[in-house]
Amino acid sequence: MTPAEQKPPTAGEIWELRLYTAGQTPKSLTALANLRRICEEHLEGKYKIEVVDLMANPRLAKDHQIVAIPTLVRKLPEPLRRVIGDLSDTERALVGLELRRAA
Amino acid sequence: MRDQPSSKEKSGAQSRAHELPKTPTGIDGLDQVTRGGLPKGRPTLVCGAAGCGKTLMAIEFLVRGAMQFGEPGAFISFEESPEELAANVRSLGFDLDRLVEEQKIAIDFVRIEPAEIVENGAYDLEGLFLRLGFAIDSIGAKRVVLDTIEALFGGFTDQALLRAEIRRLFRFLKDRGVTAVITGERGDGSLTRQGLEEYVSDCVILLDHRVTEQVSTRRLRIVKYRGTAHGTNEYPFLIDEKGISVLPLTSLGLEHEASDERVSTGVGKLDAMLGAKGFYRGSSILVSGTAGTGKTTLAVQFAAAACARGERVLYLAFEESPGQLYRNMRSVGVDLAPHAKKGVLRVHASRPTLLGLEAHLVQIHKMIEEFDPRIVILDPISNLMSAGTTLDAQAMLLRLIDYLKSRNITAFFTHLSSGGSAIDTTDVGVSSLIDTWILMRHIEVDGTRDRGLYILKSRGMKHSNQVHEFLLTDRGIELREAAGERERERPTR
Repeated sequence: MTPAEQKPPTAGEIWELRLYTAGQTPKSLTALANLRRICEEHLEGKYKIEVVDLMANPRLAKDHQIVAIPTLVRKLPEPLRRVIGDLSDTERALVGLELRRAA
Repeated sequence: MRDQPSSKEKSGAQSRAHELPKTPTGIDGLDQVTRGGLPKGRPTLVCGAAGCGKTLMAIEFLVRGAMQFGEPGAFISFEESPEELAANVRSLGFDLDRLVEEQKIAIDFVRIEPAEIVENGAYDLEGLFLRLGFAIDSIGAKRVVLDTIEALFGGFTDQALLRAEIRRLFRFLKDRGVTAVITGERGDGSLTRQGLEEYVSDCVILLDHRVTEQVSTRRLRIVKYRGTAHGTNEYPFLIDEKGISVLPLTSLGLEHEASDERVSTGVGKLDAMLGAKGFYRGSSILVSGTAGTGKTTLAVQFAAAACARGERVLYLAFEESPGQLYRNMRSVGVDLAPHAKKGVLRVHASRPTLLGLEAHLVQIHKMIEEFDPRIVILDPISNLMSAGTTLDAQAMLLRLIDYLKSRNITAFFTHLSSGGSAIDTTDVGVSSLIDTWILMRHIEVDGTRDRGLYILKSRGMKHSNQVHEFLLTDRGIELREAAGERERERPTR
């Protein structure tokens, strides 16, 4: 992995990630596991993951414009990024979160 | 042309007790066409091309539900924001913001921006279901609109998943027991671009907006309505400041009560020609003739006599302004102005080509509902005919006559025949709908041109078969005795 391909988070910057789920569905659990793994590998110590269960608070689905489940939102760093799905494709997840540029 | 009650309709009437429960839309005319409304607790697909009025119909369904039937409604919009929706219906007098405030309507704008979405792995649309469920629960909605879920196809790439989710969505709506309207954009060779009709088995309504010869007409057709009889015609509809009005064929053919009551023609001697009593109440009368034969004068005398008896008359003038009509008729001794002042006469003048035929028809319906006249005069219908094709014109006239008969309103039409030839025919082709047909013509005798009048037909009464000469005097139409009056009356038919 050359530095050109990598877009390392700047020092001290914390990535704020939010995962929207609807109950403990297999897709949601897979997504969370995949997200944790990716973060551990690429953002160790520099990330926060918040899980929002829309089943418990459906109003947030409206307020936050969530349609697909699971939806991952990168709140910080800006700009906002959304990835939907269980994040089973690690490469695509990295590109989607802009942890890596598209090849 | 004539819409005879089909065997399907007859059996439908008999089995109506077993029909599915329905939810009235409250939309003018739509509940008649659907015989009671949309299938209760089930989804209905409303489809049509852009600008056909489907979103408006959907909103009106919700607003009327909330205001007239005490049924709160949830609007899930995929295309317009709540602000845009509110602005669009404000012109119809619907205060969406207030209804939202009063918890009678809930709006959720589902914004789908394909550019913002990256897909990675398995997902479903549970978020949409949660939002829909939340919108329903927040106000206890009985009605739901999805406008239009086809937008989903632009936002997500997994078509198989989308179709499975849409199928699940329809099931969800049924399980919740809400009466739903789903809108869909008309596709090439299919009712909707994404084939939504596959998922809706109960009721499909198609809206259409055409412009023919610069005249725009909107039409509605019920493509399918499971388990219920419904009209299969195309029904014209109109969008105006009060919302949507669908124009049903008000009567199903020939079920009118026939009245024995008679109405004077306003011309004593003409009454005499019609079995001494005049027209039947609730019948349709056609007066045809070439230009300048006195058709309008006859119409006006009929109107004035009715007004003098205190009967309300609606006079639809397609050639003259009310002022012009009053002035011209004063010259033959009929003063309409006092009747108009008293409120028993309403003269409405309009250019036929200004509106499409359907628009005219809807407008006439509205005036009749409002004014509740006993007599309606259309002068002349030939002008109205120029606003559409002959076929359209016949259909429209048929509808109008049916409607008037169902209300027991006496209808009086004048028609300008073209040229001297074929005086007994009318290019309107409505003769079978007419009960009494009077012809007015010029007769040339010894170098002078006189006017003559005769009764071509008059159903259900003895009538004269003489050509009567008449004069237009300052006291109106004056019939002369026919030369050698032979009272050889025709048998009634």
